[in-house]
Amino acid sequence: MEEWLYIQNEAAPALFRGFWVSVQLIIPSATLGLLLGILVGILRVFGNRAVSAAANLYVTLFRGIPLIVQLFVWYFGLPYWNIYLTPFTAAILGFSLCSAAYHSEYIRGALLSIKRGQMLAAHSLGFTRTQTIFSVILPQAMRRALPGCGNEIIYLIKYSSLAYMITCIELTGEGKILASDSFKFTEVFLLVGACYLVMTTLATLLLQALEARLRLPGFEHRSF
Amino acid sequence: MEEPILKVEGIKKRYGKKEILRGTSLSIRRGELKILIGPSGAGKSTLLQCINFLVRPDAGRVWLEGKEIHHAQGRELHHYRQQVGMIFQDFNLFDHLTALRNVEIALVKVRRMSRNEAHDRAMAELERVGLGDHVQKYPAQLSGGQKQRVSIARALAMDPKVMLLDEPTSALDPELIGEVLAVIRDLGELGMTMLMATHQIAFAQALANEIVFMEDGLIVEAGPPEKIFGCAENERTREFCSKVMELYTDNR
Repeated sequence: MEEWLYIQNEAAPALFRGFWVSVQLIIPSATLGLLLGILVGILRVFGNRAVSAAANLYVTLFRGIPLIVQLFVWYFGLPYWNIYLTPFTAAILGFSLCSAAYHSEYIRGALLSIKRGQMLAAHSLGFTRTQTIFSVILPQAMRRALPGCGNEIIYLIKYSSLAYMITCIELTGEGKILASDSFKFTEVFLLVGACYLVMTTLATLLLQALEARLRLPGFEHRSF
Repeated sequence: MEEPILKVEGIKKRYGKKEILRGTSLSIRRGELKILIGPSGAGKSTLLQCINFLVRPDAGRVWLEGKEIHHAQGRELHHYRQQVGMIFQDFNLFDHLTALRNVEIALVKVRRMSRNEAHDRAMAELERVGLGDHVQKYPAQLSGGQKQRVSIARALAMDPKVMLLDEPTSALDPELIGEVLAVIRDLGELGMTMLMATHQIAFAQALANEIVFMEDGLIVEAGPPEKIFGCAENERTREFCSKVMELYTDNR
């Protein structure tokens, strides 16, 4: 009974607040990360030598350095140059840039899998290079990249829990505070875990619905 | 004599050490059907792709209706390509679009037609190639012959002045070749200017104005079908023709 009252009166309101902050972190980061990832993927494949080298360097840095270190740089490092970000902005910046590096890898693979003939056909009809990329190659590539990109979004939901390390108190942060105050580590973190499970399950369902909506004859993901 | 609609001169292309085209020249007059024959690796496909600069030639010049094409200039190149239709051996339909959208898309994106106008034009072209009932199907739902006919409709919708056909029936099952050749024959009868690489000797013999025999990146001999298949001057031409005649006589 005492447990139940604790959850109802203290844990639930705090976790609900944290859940909401997490959602506000995840949705913009996932959106920006995907858009930037598409752009970086395109530049890596279709950019000239200098552009694709720059895009590759970006991926090397942001995929190669631990996300927590990146977050520390954005939040604790930038003030050295007199740039002050709020914890919330620093978290979104860090998540988007890191996520985009991973997305770009899935998208690069998908772009490379589209047959050369598709590009030849578009060029032969008078399409410019940009038109060809955006109306012929990318729509096909995104269908192939979607499972990988979905995977990255699920990851993002979970690594959003790092935001509390730069004082952006989201779900995990609220959980940490609750647990430290009450010493009910098991109860609190089981609840926190359940909240993440709800988010990832919802995201999975949404991604499945999107995949189904975009499915076309010839682009099925067959299970052999 | 009437000025050629399309003229190419001295086209050269090499990949590494291998010279694919060694200074090829030809011209084609309005309404002509010219057929390129020759063994694989002769450079037929590369020549066709060089003509609309899908492959950039190392040297050579191209004129359309007497106007030289400067392919380094993007705008001029895109405008030129709109006027030269290209049909590929493996169709190259846009796999994510229905047959109808395949034909519409260039009208909307390249020729800036309205969606309605593009729709009507695309429907008309698909009906012309006998696919009025299949317009909502995706490439994966069409047979090879149907795909090739969609690709012909797609090229025709751009009102090309010349069509380049790169072995349009080579990837097809034998029973589907006829439907595609019938469409090409009808085009020829309507006066479309075409340059076509093919191994369909019977078709070439019956319909070509001129046969061009290529080997090792060079045009060996050109002339009317009776001459090339009957009494070619060059020994290699005779040899090649007798071989393919033997192979393809069952298709007649």
